[in-house]
Amino acid sequence: MDYYWKANLKILFCLLTIWFIVSFGFGILLSDWLDQFRIGGFKLGFWFAQQGSIYVFILLIFTYVFLMGRLDKKVSEERDKKDS
Amino acid sequence: MTVQEWTFVMVGMSFAVYILIAFKSRAKSTSDFYVAGKGVNPIVNGMATAADWMSAASFLSMAGLIAFLGKDGSVYLMGWTGGYVLLALLLAPYLRKFGQFTVPDFIGERYYSNTARVVAVLCLIFISFTYIAGQMRGVGIVFSRFLEVDINLGVLIGMGIVFVYAVWGGMKGITYTQVAQYTVLIFAYLVPAIYISIIMTNNPIPQLGFGSTLAGSPEFLLDKLDKVTTDLGFTAYTENTKSKIDVFCITAALMVGTAGLPHVIVRFFTVPSFRAARKSAGYALIFIALLYTTAPAVSAFARMNLIDSIQDTEYSNSPQWFQNWETIGLIAWKDKNSDGLIRYSSGNALDGVKPIYIDGEGSSGERLVLNEPDFSNENEVYIDRDIIVLANPEIAKLPFWVIALVAAGGVAAALSTAAGLLITISSAISHDLLKKTFMPRISEKQELLYSRLATAFAIGIAGLFGIYPPAFVAQVVAFAFGLAASTLFPVLLLGIFSKRLNKEGAISGMLIGLIFTAGYIIYFKFLAPELNTSDNWLFGISPEGIGFVGMLINVSVSLIVSSLTSAPPKEVSSMVEELRQP
Repeated sequence: MDYYWKANLKILFCLLTIWFIVSFGFGILLSDWLDQFRIGGFKLGFWFAQQGSIYVFILLIFTYVFLMGRLDKKVSEERDKKDS
Repeated sequence: MTVQEWTFVMVGMSFAVYILIAFKSRAKSTSDFYVAGKGVNPIVNGMATAADWMSAASFLSMAGLIAFLGKDGSVYLMGWTGGYVLLALLLAPYLRKFGQFTVPDFIGERYYSNTARVVAVLCLIFISFTYIAGQMRGVGIVFSRFLEVDINLGVLIGMGIVFVYAVWGGMKGITYTQVAQYTVLIFAYLVPAIYISIIMTNNPIPQLGFGSTLAGSPEFLLDKLDKVTTDLGFTAYTENTKSKIDVFCITAALMVGTAGLPHVIVRFFTVPSFRAARKSAGYALIFIALLYTTAPAVSAFARMNLIDSIQDTEYSNSPQWFQNWETIGLIAWKDKNSDGLIRYSSGNALDGVKPIYIDGEGSSGERLVLNEPDFSNENEVYIDRDIIVLANPEIAKLPFWVIALVAAGGVAAALSTAAGLLITISSAISHDLLKKTFMPRISEKQELLYSRLATAFAIGIAGLFGIYPPAFVAQVVAFAFGLAASTLFPVLLLGIFSKRLNKEGAISGMLIGLIFTAGYIIYFKFLAPELNTSDNWLFGISPEGIGFVGMLINVSVSLIVSSLTSAPPKEVSSMVEELRQP
């Protein structure tokens, strides 16, 4: 079962890295630099700070739900195989 | 019909629905009362969580705050949504798997210690009462403005409604009323936002509208807003005023604090499984994001509208809403240069910031204030940030029923959050303090009775806060998040992700986090408010952001103390092992 926990940690690490880059990176630390680019009437850094980061947060949670669902299924199938 | 009649109809109808739902879903067991029998569908729970989470502050104050803060306002937008990623990935599924009733329950069991449990209960009660005080003020504002009843009567009506469905229905009743309240509040938020977006930019989607050009002009709204705000002496709307490190720490403290707030976490105890808990956090964030991505659009529209409609107009020609809110006491005008024209720019209009009204009218008919004008700048207008959302439909001249809808939405937002907090407080008292610590012999029936009594008691205290609002309410919001971040979040996180963390580590971590964060906030907010400037702050971090540092200190102390003391017993590490399995 060590496998399950390690795989979980790996997924967490990847998703939280994206979480950090989008909010603290694009929304705060790199925000002023990104402001030189624009999408429509938004400066890009401003957009990430007030809109974009939130959309990415939602995607991250559902990606986690999907990946963990797949992992749960795989682990339970392997367990069934061992039992039979 | 008048605005007032419309408001009576809207608020009255919504109240009737809440009571009806509560009657249909009464709690019959402690499990019903604490966690709605653990049978709530994840989408329904997501909606309830969104209503639970979005308080009077989110609904009434946030857009106004952002309208005046500009880009700095993103600390609230990212901070109060990003926490859900932490919650969904790091806490909710594991705590649900643990399968008890409350947050202190987990801390007590994981750290095999009633001391840890009681420390957690104390943090929880402090955080939750801080929060409730703000909700009651929200109900008071809405009632006094729109129904023209006395603020105290408004608070009493609100308390009465919450009393009926919280004491009766417990978590189960609250969950389903919160679903209704979410529907009311999101509708009330989106309708005026869409209206205003169409009026100002011809784009019906506010999220896109505030990045579009102004109606009948090739100029982008945000560009014009940048220009106008700079001309008036403010920082450009889309630029930061606060330092990077402060913005970083405030955002982090709010995110981590959100994930550590007991009344939010406990919502994920109500779903049937840990898989449902993951999913439910995702739905919750979708429902929350509907409001949180609309809010910054509302802010930009409101700031633009505000400047357009009052700048350089004569007081006698000022819009009706300006005078309405002046009567309520949330707007004041001091004609510094005696030219009869309203002049709005950066800086404080009045000495001492908040207006103190006196009887009588000025030469243009305005309400007189006792304050001396602040002559260091040219600004003549005091505007309370709380009015932006409530005044916005009036400013944009929307129909009466929309204004009434916003009033009903404000009440829904305040009541739903208050109810969730009340249940959290009462279950900490009846379950953690009585059943698990001081009166372990009571039966389930008695525990249920005690939890109802505790709810009634908590409502009483919350009512007192509403009627005699402590002056420090606005000051202590930082407290709730700072404490959740620096006390509860680290012990929950490490409780799952470290098997080695023992009770000595957890208790010392919580206490150090508490003392450091509370000490810092109390020093700058109460003991020496005159020193509360960035020059005196530790590394330039404001009291709002210090919870993040408190969290880091808590984690380090917990780990160091744990490594110096004996490992937790075998049962505990196998319990943690169990939490980590599918």
